[in-house]
Amino acid sequence: MSQTHRIDAKLSAGQVDRSRTLRFHFDGVAYAGHPGDTLASALLANGVRLMGRSFKYHRPRGPISAGSEEPNALVELRSGARQEPNTRATVAELFDGLTAQSQNRWPSLRFDALSINDRLNSFFTAGFYYKTFMWPASFWEKVYEPIIRRAAGLGTLNRQEDPDSYDKGFLHCDVLIIGAGPAGLAAALTAGRSGARVILADEDFRMGGRLNAETFVLGEASGADWAKAAVAELASLPNVRLMARTTVVGTFDHGIYGAVERVSDHLLEPLPGKPRQTFWRIYSKRAILAGGATERPIAFENNDRPGIMLAGALRAYANRWGVAVGRRVAIFTNNDDGLRSAVDLAAKGVDVVAIIDSRADATLLPGIRHLRGAVVTDTAGRLGLSQVTVRHADGRSETIGVEALGVSGGWNPVVNLTSHHRAKPVWREDIAAFVPAGGESGLAPTYVAGAAGGDLSTHGALVTGNEMARRALEDLGFAARPSDLPRAEDAPVVLQPLWHVKGAKRAWIDQQNDVTVKDIKLAHQENFTAVEHLKRYTTLGMATDQGKTSNVLGLAVMAELTGKTIPQTGTTIYRPPYTPVALGALGGRARGRDFKPFRLTPSHKWAAEQGATFVEVGYWMRTQWVPRASETEWRQSVDREVLATRRSVGICDVTTLGKIDIQGTDAGVFLDRVYANTFSTLAVGKCRYGLMLREDGMVFDDGTTARMAPNEYVMTTTTANAVAVFRHLEFCRQCLWPDLDVQLISTTEAWAQFSVAGPNARNLLQKVVDQDISDAAFPYMAAGSITVGGLRARLFRISFSGELAYEIAVPTRYGDAMIRKLMEAGAEFDAVVYGTEALGVMRVEKGHVAGNELNGTSTALNMGLGKMVSRKKDSIGMVLSQREGMSRDDGLRLVGVKPVDPADALKAGSHLLKTGAAATVQNDDGWLTSLVWSPHLGHYIALAYLKNGANRLGETMRAVNLLAGTDVAVEIVSPHFIDPEGERLRG
Amino acid sequence: MIINHPILGPRDAQEFVYLGDASLIQRPDGMTASIEAFHDYTYLRDNSAGPHRELWYHEQGDRSWLVVTRNTLTHEILKVELARDVARAEGRSR
Repeated sequence: MSQTHRIDAKLSAGQVDRSRTLRFHFDGVAYAGHPGDTLASALLANGVRLMGRSFKYHRPRGPISAGSEEPNALVELRSGARQEPNTRATVAELFDGLTAQSQNRWPSLRFDALSINDRLNSFFTAGFYYKTFMWPASFWEKVYEPIIRRAAGLGTLNRQEDPDSYDKGFLHCDVLIIGAGPAGLAAALTAGRSGARVILADEDFRMGGRLNAETFVLGEASGADWAKAAVAELASLPNVRLMARTTVVGTFDHGIYGAVERVSDHLLEPLPGKPRQTFWRIYSKRAILAGGATERPIAFENNDRPGIMLAGALRAYANRWGVAVGRRVAIFTNNDDGLRSAVDLAAKGVDVVAIIDSRADATLLPGIRHLRGAVVTDTAGRLGLSQVTVRHADGRSETIGVEALGVSGGWNPVVNLTSHHRAKPVWREDIAAFVPAGGESGLAPTYVAGAAGGDLSTHGALVTGNEMARRALEDLGFAARPSDLPRAEDAPVVLQPLWHVKGAKRAWIDQQNDVTVKDIKLAHQENFTAVEHLKRYTTLGMATDQGKTSNVLGLAVMAELTGKTIPQTGTTIYRPPYTPVALGALGGRARGRDFKPFRLTPSHKWAAEQGATFVEVGYWMRTQWVPRASETEWRQSVDREVLATRRSVGICDVTTLGKIDIQGTDAGVFLDRVYANTFSTLAVGKCRYGLMLREDGMVFDDGTTARMAPNEYVMTTTTANAVAVFRHLEFCRQCLWPDLDVQLISTTEAWAQFSVAGPNARNLLQKVVDQDISDAAFPYMAAGSITVGGLRARLFRISFSGELAYEIAVPTRYGDAMIRKLMEAGAEFDAVVYGTEALGVMRVEKGHVAGNELNGTSTALNMGLGKMVSRKKDSIGMVLSQREGMSRDDGLRLVGVKPVDPADALKAGSHLLKTGAAATVQNDDGWLTSLVWSPHLGHYIALAYLKNGANRLGETMRAVNLLAGTDVAVEIVSPHFIDPEGERLRG
Repeated sequence: MIINHPILGPRDAQEFVYLGDASLIQRPDGMTASIEAFHDYTYLRDNSAGPHRELWYHEQGDRSWLVVTRNTLTHEILKVELARDVARAEGRSR
C-alpha cells in the first residue's frame, strides 16, 4: 500500500524527511513512512485509521490525538523478547524495520469476536461488576475473574526476559524546564543566557511543542523554524542540557523530579552499551512547568469511530506530518480554535465540507460552510467514519459524508505535575478550564508558564515563559538579561462551553475505559455524584491515560446533572507517573544477580576452588556445604562435616557475624544498658554470651562480647542483625545517654574470622598461633590479642557447636591466606570445612537458639534464658519484659523434640498436640522451630516452643503437619541433645 | 526528599533510615518508672497533621541521629538538629 493520504509536499512538506523511506509492518502488512513520522502518522498516511479495539466493548478505534494523551491507539510494539504492550502509536517514533500488532482483538482487528460485548452494552454499564458478580461469592475467584480477565484488558506480555538494559541517573540543575514549546523555549533562552544551569526536558523527539503543529509565524520565521533556531542556540550553551525524548513523570519533594529518557526506543535495537531507557532523578532549585494544554472532545452519539479526532490533532497531522486523515473532513467545535483547524486543512487542499459550530453567534468564517448553532447528533461507519448527522439551529437534520471529523471542546492546561503535590486545580471561567492553583505549588517554588498556566496564545506563552524564568533567576541570584521576544499570534480564547450533545446515550467520555454519558447518568442516579465516587464507580479516568482527554468532560457532565457549577463539583487530581513507565526503567540495573548487593566472605575464593555450594545469608554468600566427589546427596556432605568436626576438627568462616568495637570509660556501663545481662563486671581477657532485648521486652539479638582492655570491648551480633544492632547502639548512645563516654565502630569488614571446632581444635591452632593456648593459658571463654606468624590477630575461646572451639580473627586481607594455612595445618587431623548446614545441625544438637527461635516475638523466658535479664540495673527491654502476658510460668518454653521411633521423620513446621487431641487451633500446644537430622544420634531432632514446656520433659505428644499430612509420636526432651554438661567445650 | 544535615548540608533522604517520633528520646528510667510508663513510651504516639518531630539516622553517611521537624501535610522540613544536642537540651545526660 502506498502513502495515499500524504499531502502534496508543495502544500505541506511537514517535518518529515520525504527523501528517505522507512519500512514497517502493522498486523503483518507492510507499509512505508518517513523519518520524523510517528507510527500513528505513518499509518494515517497509508490510509489506516483503525488501530485498536476498545477495552470493554471491543469497539473499533483509531487515534484521537497526536500526542501522549492518546487513549485509543495502543499497540504491541516490536516482537519476540522486545515486545512491548500498550504503546501509544501517537508517540512511537517510526524507525526502519518497526513491527507492531494491534491488541485486545480476536481473531483479527477488522473482525473481533468479542465485539459482541458492544451489542450487550446494556449489561456492561457502570457498576456492572459490583452488581453482577456478587453471587455466589465462591464463583468470584474460579469463574468470574478468569472470564473477565480474558475478555478485558489491553496488550499482552510475552513472558520472555527483556534483553535490554535500563539505567538510573542523577542530575542537578538550577532551573528545570518541563516542556519545550514556545513557553519552555522562551524560559530556557532567558535562563540559559543568564548562565544558570538549565535542563530543558520534552517528551517529544522534536522540541518545539505546538509550534511544530501550527502554521504560526514568530517574528519573521515560521513557528517550527523559530523553535529550531532556539534549540540550536540552547545547544550551543554549555550550561544548558537539552533532553528530548524525556518525559518528566513525577514531581517529588524538595524540587526533585523523576524523568524517563527513551534513549533507544526510536531504534530497532539499542546501540551496543546503551540502555533502552534511563530513569533520571533531577534535583532542581527551581522548576518551570511548561507542559502545554490538551484539547478535550465533545461527547455525542457514536463519537468514537476511527476518523473522529481532536481538531487540533487533525491539523497537527496535516501541518507537522503532511498527512490528511481524510479527504473530506468536517469540524465540530464550540470555540474559535476549532475554526483554525478548518482554515489550516483547507489551505492544504483538504476538502473541509462543513464546520459544525455549536455557537449561534460565532463570527462567520468566510469560504467554508460554517453551520452556526448546529451540533453533531450521530455518526456512521463500522470500521471507520463515513458520515455524520448534523442537527441545524432550526432543528432540521442533515447527513454529511466525511472520512474524518475534527472535534474541539476547548483546551485543558496540563495540571498533572502540579497535582502531584496535592495542589487542587482551580477553575477559570474565562477559558472554561482548570489551571494550577496559584503560580506555585509544592515546596520549592514551582512556576507555571504558557498554556499549562492558562495562557493559551503563543504570545502569552513567550511572555510567561520569559517572566517565569526571570522570577526563578531572581530567586537564585542570577541576573536575567532583557530579552526581545518575537511578535506572535495572540488570539483570545473565544468559547461557549458544550460538553455533550443532549439526548446522546452512547456518547463516549473516556474512550480507553469505555465510559459513556449514560454511565455518568447512572452514577448520578445511584448517587455516586462526588467526583471521587464518580471516578471509581464508572472507572472514568482510571485507565493508562489517566483521563487526560476525559476527566474534565466527565465531571462537567456530572455538574450539569447535579445542577452544580464545575468549581462546586470539583476535580480529582493526578498522581505520578504522567505517562506509563516501564518497570524495567524503575528497576534499572537492579535485576537478576544485581537485584541487591552481594558480599563474599574472605574464604570465598578458596571455597569456590573446593567446589563449595553457597547460600545467600543477608547480603552474604556463605558456604552451605562442600561436597566431595563421592557424595551425591547434600545430606551426605553435611553429615560428614558434622561427624568429622565432632570427631576431630572443623573450620567455618564466621566473618559475616557483626563485629562492633566499643570503647570509652563508660563502655561497660553502656553495655549493661543495651544487654539484658551484665558486662561491666566481665574480666579483661574474657568473653560472655549477651542477650539483647528490644524496648518491648522481646529478644532482639544475641552474641558474645569480649573485654579486650578495661575500656575496650568487642561485640559480636548475628549476621542478620549486624546493621540493625549497630543502628540501635548509636540511637542509645546519641539519643538516650548523650554524655556517656563511649565510642562505636563497626569492624565487621575489618576482620576475617574463622571458627575452629572439635577435639583437635587446640592442636591445630597451636601450630598456627605464636602464643601458648593451652587450657591453663587460654581457658574456656578467654579472649585476647595474639599473633599469627607475627601478624596481629584476635582469639576467642567460644563455642556454638558445643565442641572445644575457638574463633580466630585476622585482618581481612589475610583471610584467604588464613584459611589456606588452617587447612594445611589441619591436614594431619583430617580437618574439614563445614558450611552453614552443618553449623545448623551442631547448634540444634547443642540446643543453641538462632534465627528461627529469635523470631521477633520471643522473650528471654521463652528461650529458657529468663534469668539472664538482670533487674539490678536498667537495660533496654527490662521493664516491659516483666509484663504479665510475657512472664507467665506456663508460657512457651524452648524444648527438644525427638521421634519416639527413631526411624520416623519429623517435618518442619509441625505443631505439637497432646496425644489423642484433635488437630485444631484450640488444642495447639506449640510448634517445631528448627529441625535437623542428627548424624551423631542417628535420628531427627528438633527444637520447639511448647506451652509450659519446662514442666513437660518426658511427655509423649503428636507432631502434626496438616500440610504435609504427617502425624508423628514424639517425646519432649531437654534441648541439649549433646553434652548437656558442657564437658567437651571446656576440655 | 532532601534533609539539610546540620554538619554535612543537604543530603538525599535515601541516605537516611527513619525511626519515628522524637519522643523516643524521652525514655523513662527503668529503675523507677512503671510498666505503664514504659508502655506509653513504647507504643503511644501523636499522629499530627502538621509539624512533626521525628528521628532520622544518617546510616549511609556519618551515623548521626537527627531530629527532623517536618510538616506531614506538605513534607516541608522546618528544622534539622543533631539528636544528641536535642537530648541534652531535654535534660538527658548519662
